[in-house]
Amino acid sequence: MRVTVNVNGAETSAEVESRLLLVHYLRNTLGLTGTHWGCDTSNCGACTVWLDGVAAKSCTMLAAMADGRDVRTVEGLETEAGLDAVQEGFVEEHGLQCGFCTPGMMMVARALLDRDPDPDEATIREAISGNLCRCTGYENIVRAVRWAATHEAAARIAEEASV
Amino acid sequence: MQVPAPFEYERARTVDDAIALLERYGSEARLVAGGHSLLPMMKLRLARPEMLIDINDLADLDYIKLDGDEIVLGAMTRHASVLDSPLLAEHYRVFAEAERVIADPLVRNRGTVGGSLCQADPSEDLSAVFSALRGRAVIRSSSGTRSVDLREFHVGPYETAVGDAEILVEVRVPIRERTGSAYEKVERRAGDWSIAAAGAFVQLDGDTVEDVGIGLTAVGAEHFACVQAEDLLRAGPATPAQVAAAAAACAQACNPSADQRGPEDYKRHLVGVLVGRALSRSIARAKGDVS
Repeated sequence: MRVTVNVNGAETSAEVESRLLLVHYLRNTLGLTGTHWGCDTSNCGACTVWLDGVAAKSCTMLAAMADGRDVRTVEGLETEAGLDAVQEGFVEEHGLQCGFCTPGMMMVARALLDRDPDPDEATIREAISGNLCRCTGYENIVRAVRWAATHEAAARIAEEASV
Repeated sequence: MQVPAPFEYERARTVDDAIALLERYGSEARLVAGGHSLLPMMKLRLARPEMLIDINDLADLDYIKLDGDEIVLGAMTRHASVLDSPLLAEHYRVFAEAERVIADPLVRNRGTVGGSLCQADPSEDLSAVFSALRGRAVIRSSSGTRSVDLREFHVGPYETAVGDAEILVEVRVPIRERTGSAYEKVERRAGDWSIAAAGAFVQLDGDTVEDVGIGLTAVGAEHFACVQAEDLLRAGPATPAQVAAAAAACAQACNPSADQRGPEDYKRHLVGVLVGRALSRSIARAKGDVS
């Protein structure tokens, strides 16, 4: 069957088997290997992407189910203006060690900050509770998300002051 | 790599469309909503539908609303919406308390009320909630709709009253005055299935239990409920002694199996403790405790 999926703002299309999982469509068909393929059992969250703006685990969705929909992957975080604040936060606060969970963590963090720009630590921990870090680097991941929240708040204030 | 066996895929645009597809493909077809129960089972080849009918376009089944003296949840309502619903929080705290411990936020973004009920996993949480509240399932086919008491909905493990050419469209729960509800679950780790869990509501008339519902999951309780304990409490005083007697009745009446989550006696012990807590908190809330 043919699927057409808008990925990070660009239309993609391919002839696929109906049983192809979305994570493999992204990684193998499109070559977007930023999305990681981890446990394959919807536990670890390394494969987290957005489907129509909602974070979800792409190992538990079919590419067919994304047909005609919008997908955003970690490759879609960076814009022409530069890295997303969440990406910068992971750099600044050492939010990654091996990096395997990082794409999923960042997609969840971005979704959280879009909905709640000033989350406390408990809210961040709840938000990333579907994502496992086997380096157990949660402290720094939480700091990274806080870093992004703080810097985005400062940027908003600066922008309002300049208007 | 876990890959499902091959299947045909169709996307239903309307409920009628989904029913027509089910009629065409019969027992070889399965509906897929969030897919977070069905797809893992297909990957393990425990489920091998030949036709998968995707109903994610049926946004008209995604609602939580008041209808007269009932709250109605559409079958395509995502777990995340149940967790965040102000309407459910106002009337039945048991929903948010159960949802908070169902899997994780990402799974709750996709998984649906209807999918959870129709998967009919014997350890599923919402089945215990709806059984406790004595909800009704509304099932549609090409010949019309019918309504099934949630306590008659589960025919057995992974089996429901929904026929091959039928679709669960919504679940209806009666609103009750002077009522509190609560959910208690013990799992091995965050996001896991229950070792045991209990949901309850208590409706008070002064200090007397006017009505009560007790739902249990993962412990082999008939219809995810404990009728004996409900009968014991109903029309009696809402006292700690009565709660303890009801909790003991649940521990005795359920039928847990020893498995990797624990031995039978441990699970019975859990049921007693969890039912006691759920009932006590329900009573406190029925009396106006907002915590």
